[in-house]
Amino acid sequence: MLIFDHSRPGRTATAQLPAAGGSLADIPAAFLRRVAPGLPEVSELDVVRHYTRLSQKNFSIDTQFYPLGSCTMKYNPRACNSLAMLPQFLARHPAAPDETGQGFLLSMFELQEMLKDVTGMAGVSMAPMAGAHGEFAGVAMIRAYHDARGDTARREIIVPDAAHGTNPATATMCGYTVKEIPTDANGAVDIEALKAAVGPQTAGLMLTNPSTLGVFEKRIVEILKIVHDAGGLAYYDGANLNAILGYVRPGDMGFDVIHMNLHKTFSTPHGGGGPGAGPVGVATRLLPFMPIPLVLNDNGFYRLATETDVPQSIGRMSANMGNAGVLMRAYIYARLLGREGMHRVAEYATLNANYVMARLREAGFELAYPERRASHEFIVTLKKLKDATGVSAMDFAKRLLDYGYHAPTTYFPLLVPECLLIEPTETESRETLDGFIDAMVKIKHEAETNPDLVKGAPYTLPVRRLDDVKAARELDLAYKPAA
Amino acid sequence: MNLRRPTLAPNSKFLAPNKMPFIPHTPDDVTAMLGTIGAASIDALFDEIPPALKSGKLKDVPEGAPEMAVTRLMHERAAADGFWSNFIGAGVYEHHIPAAIWQITTRGEFYSAYTPYQAEASQGTLQLIYEYQTMMTRLTGLDASNASLYDGASALAEAVLMAVRANKGKSRRVLIPKTVHPTYRKVVLTTVKNQGIELVELDYDAVSGTTVLPTEPGEFAGLVIPQPNFFGVLEDVHAMTDWAHAHHAMAIALVNPTSLAVLEAPGNWGQTGADIACGEGQPLGAPMASGGPYFGFMCCRQDFVRQMPGRIVGRTVDLDGKPGFSLTLQAREQHIRRSKATSNICTNQGLVVTAATQYMSLLGPAGLAKVASASHANTVALADKLCAIPGVKRAFTGACFHEVVLQLDDATLNGTSAANVLRALRAQGILGGYDLTATYPELGNAILVCVTETKTVADLDAYASQLARILSSSATR
Repeated sequence: MLIFDHSRPGRTATAQLPAAGGSLADIPAAFLRRVAPGLPEVSELDVVRHYTRLSQKNFSIDTQFYPLGSCTMKYNPRACNSLAMLPQFLARHPAAPDETGQGFLLSMFELQEMLKDVTGMAGVSMAPMAGAHGEFAGVAMIRAYHDARGDTARREIIVPDAAHGTNPATATMCGYTVKEIPTDANGAVDIEALKAAVGPQTAGLMLTNPSTLGVFEKRIVEILKIVHDAGGLAYYDGANLNAILGYVRPGDMGFDVIHMNLHKTFSTPHGGGGPGAGPVGVATRLLPFMPIPLVLNDNGFYRLATETDVPQSIGRMSANMGNAGVLMRAYIYARLLGREGMHRVAEYATLNANYVMARLREAGFELAYPERRASHEFIVTLKKLKDATGVSAMDFAKRLLDYGYHAPTTYFPLLVPECLLIEPTETESRETLDGFIDAMVKIKHEAETNPDLVKGAPYTLPVRRLDDVKAARELDLAYKPAA
Repeated sequence: MNLRRPTLAPNSKFLAPNKMPFIPHTPDDVTAMLGTIGAASIDALFDEIPPALKSGKLKDVPEGAPEMAVTRLMHERAAADGFWSNFIGAGVYEHHIPAAIWQITTRGEFYSAYTPYQAEASQGTLQLIYEYQTMMTRLTGLDASNASLYDGASALAEAVLMAVRANKGKSRRVLIPKTVHPTYRKVVLTTVKNQGIELVELDYDAVSGTTVLPTEPGEFAGLVIPQPNFFGVLEDVHAMTDWAHAHHAMAIALVNPTSLAVLEAPGNWGQTGADIACGEGQPLGAPMASGGPYFGFMCCRQDFVRQMPGRIVGRTVDLDGKPGFSLTLQAREQHIRRSKATSNICTNQGLVVTAATQYMSLLGPAGLAKVASASHANTVALADKLCAIPGVKRAFTGACFHEVVLQLDDATLNGTSAANVLRALRAQGILGGYDLTATYPELGNAILVCVTETKTVADLDAYASQLARILSSSATR
């Protein structure tokens, strides 16, 4: 039932509204609306009940184990939300003078400094509002750097074939062409292919480490040297930063520019698809190009930097200060964690991933990279199971939902057939992991004995499998009541 | 205000740092798990990482603190920031947010869910987005809406890119009036400058405050039409839309969603309506919060749906024929199309959209119209009070919506500036408006003032009497 089905002409949530409207007599009639917009006409209780019920149709971290690879679905501490939503923080207008926001700006400054430290970069800007937005800022800085040196023949970005789709899409948005390089049998960048790919046309390399295949690039220093020797810059995609947080710093690996996903590594909520925050960190040579605003400390007075402070900046990315409330949640998380806690993130994320991997291997699951350690995540391939039973990774994932577990990431990375990318995160207990492993084993048995059962899953959710072809072919993107 | 950088050093044994925040493992768990893995220690799990890369101790990250200590710290900082009587708008508006909205929005099932890729396990989020899309199409009078973008400025940037893609001509030039928010224009430039797209600025009429259309012939992919414009002035959207179409350019509406309760919908502008509508969603239930998170919205005509960036939810049926919802038209997106995607975007501001959908439901058409008209009437009332003060006048003759530019004359200022006047108001707890001197120097000492439905007659009177006092003391100085 849609909220529109609850609507009755003339019903309102009176307590929520101004007692009266005001006059619009000074607005010429030509600009006024002739027909009122068709929003629902419902009571406050209608709204509360409808959306509470809708929420109950979702899986979430708060209700289910959510081992979604590459997404770092760890617990989002409640204090981060309640303290970021203190009324004075919420009431502050973004254009209010810096004097009225020293508590907020000090927190932002401290977060900026902590992010620099934990990534080993010389500067951090928190302007980008999501991972892909951070990628855009990063690649735009690479371009601004080359352009400022008059090195304008560099028009190519190198991306491994295992990369997230945002990497090539971002390079295109920055006016670059994309050159893909292959991955070797152990999930590492093919060094010979990289050597052959670099040249005077190379603007940079975009790399995730640990890679999207769940393994650490052991030859990272050598890879970056090849790129740097060719005159290119190296971009670190922070999608998998949780795997190394507090253990290895991208700056120490030699990266020139990075983005972080605070909605992964710093536990801000995913919110059903956003808002995130994608701060960028840079090495010294890219400092002049950082997006604004940055937070500056003028002898204990905290203020937002402008074009005057950063004249070569790639510019502004949002109307105000990025997703400030998300940054606040990340700051509070960082204070709760502290340096000891931060060091432990990678350790326990890695312990959990290797534990689940070891037990699944023991139970007969095939690993994509059996010779490798798991980072904070790893890949199971169901190719043989599918060949034998017809049960695909998608079927397997849907059946997990029936057992009360959110599915791992399926069909990504595209390189591994019938793959499940599994990331348990550090906040899950051994009992939870054991429960998930038991469900995996049961479903494998079901697939071998009664494949149709798995192929028809899920059975216990609000809907069964949806007709995506119909959705795309007979587009219904907005409700229209029957005439 | 004392905001020295506190270390949160534990000066009480009850405030010692937490060793394992949010990590549930007992020592026995660790031993057993390492045994299963066959590793001697957690450190051994990192044996593929070159030892030289291992980082030392973090120096700028303080020791962790328990929730009790961090709570106290954040309360101190919030109190230092305090509450102000706010008359700044400039694209972000202080509307009342009903209590129910964020209580429900921060339920864990919405707050801690991922992007709804597993549709069967995400019907709550998906149905909510479908309802949101429906409401946005009804506000804008267009056929389709996406699931939201980052904010208003980035939505405009994406609309400009979309117009260049969707327009049948070859032009990569887009007209953007100077009456568009100055920061929005900067964000659009950041986004499109590396793609060979040229932004051509349009001047405004100094008397009316409305955009002057070009008289020279030229080919353009699109025309941005702000309503109301950054000055709060209403543009002749009908003439602008028709001009765009007569010149084979896409008409891109940039609108305030609250205003759409009372102002004509972009789908009805001119002879055939605007092609794309976008804007800042913040007024629909998002707190101002120093800048975000908000959301950008985007709607378009059916013909252009496949050129629209961002996630889109469609209604379909399941295996049993039961209605359900899923992400659709994903072939436009980066995870499928990679370097050929419509945009690199893979976020929508889902949680803020969750709030906005409830906001629109709670207010309904009549409530939203009341918010819009009460805000507008309050603004007119304040403008009238302020313009009764010698030396204060409206900058433009054009009709406005809930925001107005006021000019302070030089004789009255007597050597001081709008910035100083705003500072003096601030000393009385009043944030009197947005200083336009830096971005529109041609307007002299001008401020942009906004009043929403949240302000009382006493609030307006306090502003007027303080401004009168400040100006008379500078005039007689």
